[in-house]
Amino acid sequence: MKRLLVLALLVAVSAGPGRSAAQEIMAGLSHHAIGITADFAGTEILVFGAVENEGDIVVVVRGPRREVVVRKKAPVFGIWINAQSAIFQSVPGFYGLASTRPLSEIVDADMRRVMEIGIDGLRLEPADMDPSLRDEFRAALIELKQAEGLYPVEPSTVSLAGGRLFRATIALPAGVPVGTYAADTFLIRDGEVVAAQSSPLIVSKAGFGAEIYNFAHRESEFYGIAAVIAAVIAGLAGNLLFRRT
Amino acid sequence: MFQIYLPIAEMSVDIFLLLGMGGAVGFLSGLFGVGGGFLMTPLLIFIGVPPPVAVGSEVNQVVAASVSGFMAHWRRRQVDFKMGGVLIAGGVLGSVFGVWLFGILRQIGQIDLVISISYVVMLGSIGTLMMVEALRTILRRRSGTTVRRKAHVHHWGHGLPFKMRFRTSRLYISAVLPITLGFVIGILAAIMGVGGGFFLVPAMIYLLGMPVGVVIGTSLFQITFVTATATFLHASSTQTVDVMLAGILTLGAVFGAQFGTRVGAELRGEELRGLLALVVLGVCVTLLWRLVAEPASLYTLSPTGFH
Repeated sequence: MKRLLVLALLVAVSAGPGRSAAQEIMAGLSHHAIGITADFAGTEILVFGAVENEGDIVVVVRGPRREVVVRKKAPVFGIWINAQSAIFQSVPGFYGLASTRPLSEIVDADMRRVMEIGIDGLRLEPADMDPSLRDEFRAALIELKQAEGLYPVEPSTVSLAGGRLFRATIALPAGVPVGTYAADTFLIRDGEVVAAQSSPLIVSKAGFGAEIYNFAHRESEFYGIAAVIAAVIAGLAGNLLFRRT
Repeated sequence: MFQIYLPIAEMSVDIFLLLGMGGAVGFLSGLFGVGGGFLMTPLLIFIGVPPPVAVGSEVNQVVAASVSGFMAHWRRRQVDFKMGGVLIAGGVLGSVFGVWLFGILRQIGQIDLVISISYVVMLGSIGTLMMVEALRTILRRRSGTTVRRKAHVHHWGHGLPFKMRFRTSRLYISAVLPITLGFVIGILAAIMGVGGGFFLVPAMIYLLGMPVGVVIGTSLFQITFVTATATFLHASSTQTVDVMLAGILTLGAVFGAQFGTRVGAELRGEELRGLLALVVLGVCVTLLWRLVAEPASLYTLSPTGFH
């Protein structure tokens, strides 16, 4: 429901005033599709554009949302085993941000939560959980994502030229998940989002590895049969190659 | 240096590290006539392959290794196909059960733990037995005495119903025994990614009373089919079979095994067997340490459900 409201707001601020006058903000991406090949070592996305009037600009690149489970280990008879767990329903697989100034100087915490701007603004709430544990698991989730480089700790900078043209680079690490990303650009004035624009970005596996992955996940039974046949052929080949007379 | 991306494990690994691991484990398996799955799966876990993918891919590799050995024994007519068929029937049931259990354990987040504990128990007991055996043989050789074992002992198992005649093995025993044995091997294959020869071979000799000449060939016949079943089931239900990983390991293992067989033919076994026991115990202690040491991070993250 909340998400729908945000969506409506985004549409309102981007389409509404933009249609009547000139568009307040226009943004583009250096790539709209990224292929993860066998030697993929991360890449950078350039987000650029122009604003009609001065203001602060925040760029957010957000990965596909997925349900994840965070598990906490506890010692049982001297062995560390997974004990408590929390399920988070829609966790962005990646969250990278760039802004013209430190975020806290641009928007207050309430607005950050409404627009999901900044990691502390992300609505990550585990279902059915004790509130005291909720914060602990939320913090653990963010820490794990940060450790993987998927929620960069240091935000990048949006550079403005002549108060009108802006550009920012967001680095995607090697381990980024595949799926549909969104690059959202917000124009903020006096703590209010006055315009926003969203551009899609597709990250997918490419090359031979992608074919294997898709085969394994889409036609699992045939993949299983192929895996067995490949192993049998390899075994027979090895046997023939070194057959002693 | 030459990183290769493993599509199912979703990680990049040095291809020469994998070839070296395949070669080293293949060498040991050629040297000692063991399958090597019980060493390869823990090694894969040590280099960071997720335990479920290590199991699914290794069981795929064992298919290749056992097919090769089976062919060699088949040519020498050292396979009891009827006994193998009964063992396979049990093994298929066991691997179906094992893969089902694997899926449930994965869902509740305990699969890594169960794989590790299974390995600690298995490697600990095999390593100790091998060590005792090797030390005993060395001592016996020094004192110059020999002990003869009875080939066939009558025990409780011979009173069970559903008796079957196995001509090649010259046995008339209850089918319940080989089916149960096959079932246990099927579970081991599904949960641990091993062929289970280390367990199957002694059980065929001492529990079923099969003649030693057909034991290896028949066990390889059973292992080939059971690991093939487990590979198929893992691929279709848990999607943990990485053919790229299995293929590279097989390539290394094929060459390692040939080299190992040649070296093994020239060397005396006991000291080397003691050495293998040390390797097995070393892997066991490392796995145990990973279970009892306080982890660097108490928390882990995983997707719910796996599609």
